[in-house]
Amino acid sequence: MIEVWHAFIKAIELIVSLDPEVMEIAGRSLGISATSVILASLICLPLGGLIHFYRFPGKRVLINVIQTLFSIPSVCIGLLVFVLFSRAGPIGGLNLLFTPTTMVIGHMMLITPILLGLTISALSGVDKAIKDTALSLGASDFQAVIIISKEARFAIVAAIIMGFGRAVSELGIALMVGGNIRGFTRVLTSAIALESQKGELEMAIALGIILLSLSFIVNVVLNRIQQR
Amino acid sequence: MVIVEVRNLSKRFGEKESLKNINIKVESGEVLALIGPTGAGKTTLLRLIDLLDMPTSGRIYFDDTDVTQLGKVGLETRRRMAFVSQKPVVFNTTVYNNIAYGLKWRGVGKSSIRQKVDNILEMVNLSDHKNRNAGTLSGGEAQRVAIARAIAVEPEVLLLDEPTANLDPISTSRIEELITNIIHRYGTTIVMTTHDMAQGQRLADRIVVLINGEVHQVGERSEVFAFPRDREVAEFVGMKNIFLVEFKGSKAWLQNLEVELGREMKDAQGYLAIRPEDIVISRERLSSSMRNNFRGVISKIIREGFYYEVQVKVGWVIFKVLITGNALSELDLREGASIYLAFKSTAIHTFQ
Ligand SMILES: Nc1ncnc2c1ncn2[C@@H]1O[C@H](COP(=O)(O)OP(=O)(O)OP(=O)(O)O)[C@@H](O)[C@H]1O
Ligand SMILES: [Mg+2]
Repeated sequence: MIEVWHAFIKAIELIVSLDPEVMEIAGRSLGISATSVILASLICLPLGGLIHFYRFPGKRVLINVIQTLFSIPSVCIGLLVFVLFSRAGPIGGLNLLFTPTTMVIGHMMLITPILLGLTISALSGVDKAIKDTALSLGASDFQAVIIISKEARFAIVAAIIMGFGRAVSELGIALMVGGNIRGFTRVLTSAIALESQKGELEMAIALGIILLSLSFIVNVVLNRIQQR
Repeated sequence: MVIVEVRNLSKRFGEKESLKNINIKVESGEVLALIGPTGAGKTTLLRLIDLLDMPTSGRIYFDDTDVTQLGKVGLETRRRMAFVSQKPVVFNTTVYNNIAYGLKWRGVGKSSIRQKVDNILEMVNLSDHKNRNAGTLSGGEAQRVAIARAIAVEPEVLLLDEPTANLDPISTSRIEELITNIIHRYGTTIVMTTHDMAQGQRLADRIVVLINGEVHQVGERSEVFAFPRDREVAEFVGMKNIFLVEFKGSKAWLQNLEVELGREMKDAQGYLAIRPEDIVISRERLSSSMRNNFRGVISKIIREGFYYEVQVKVGWVIFKVLITGNALSELDLREGASIYLAFKSTAIHTFQ
């Protein structure tokens, strides 16, 4: 018990002294997650809009599938990306396994259902009267789409933050396709797993505190937005 | 000149036929009020005119051109109108932006937008709230934003759906004043709906009575009120005494009461209607020109604002009479009192 307490004090010291390794790992986590979220948003927000605004056969089934994939285990995505990018896999020739690039790809696959699903629900949450009001004031269909999306802006930002929270806190992809290579693909979650196994409790706890704070901040921001 | 015309317009939602074969012409520059009880189809009709919905059958003409379609024609036609919905809807942005949207969408330049919006903000008395989020406004203020937003685009036809529903009397009169201002300043053609007959009379040139998806009467503003054409309209314009009677010559038998009509009717069943304010109550039998005099007993007195509705039982028939508080106390009327009723034969409306 005393040992744990000791490690905890040390961990705080590591954070307060801005230990280079701790900061580097935290920075990489942020960078990789943010990149994934930005790239995934660029695809998912317009795609979610298309799914919401257009009528097509199988629309309801598609939305159900998207919602089911919200909580897909990250190890499953990890496995999929691993198989795709491994030497023997279909795109193994690219030699991308165990790089930040594959991690970003994995994260994007992980959060795509969340971003799509929450974008669609954000748009359908906009009062139908908004569309009619816009049309009656002379908006073209496209102009109406724009203003409906603007009305949904807070809910869409919330979706993006949710996606970020999921990406930054997952472990399966980071381990399986990142490989936890020091100084290259090591991120908060994979480092915590490794350090605690090695018995480096202080390092693990320091990183854990940072991860927890990140989740906390994400939640506070989310709550703020959802209260608007 | 007719600016908007609907011909044989019908709209059904599933089993429910909300509009049945509607024919209406709107003259350029007039204020036309669509009046009718709740569920009559007023909103449905306005939405069809604004091409927000398509009719099940029938056509809509704007400036003598058939515009009954969505897409490009729909958009171009819609841009010549503006629609203020029953529940005020505001965009989640500033009051200024709310009013500017319609102009932006028409490609109006920034400086021109600023000038127009500022002018209109002044007109609707919302200059102080220019930069406030419109979502935080009160119902009456939001309604003024909605109206301001609609007139900002200088529509040829302004469609107002129950502009004062759910507003308190002060907000209501402010909105009515605003509408009167718009009429004077721009001469805009207005088609408005209301379920308030008095409001229709205050604001409109002509009135269309819509009941249960059908046009029951079209007329000048005082005409509909003074001369309802059928029983439903009579009921709607506040004739509370409506009875099924048997017409015989110049008389009508209302159960065992003989009512003198002062004119010949076809011998048949029909309806007879009298406004509650056209009946006189007295303590003694009046020996005036009123040909219809009955003795009755007060069964109930109900307060209605400044007035009282006195229900008088004559035989099996209950008459409703509207009198002032003064008259009530002068005549010392109370429930159970025995009194006389009288009404002129010219106050009797008949429907066959
Ligand atoms: N989208 C819809 N789907 C199904 N029924 C509808 C729809 N819109 C209107 N109706 C029905 O059509 C009828 C007429 O409705 P409408 O809203 O036009 O009445 P209204 O005269 O405007 O009534 P109110 O005074 O209450 O606003 C009602 O019975 C209503 O339930
Ligand atoms: Mg309505």
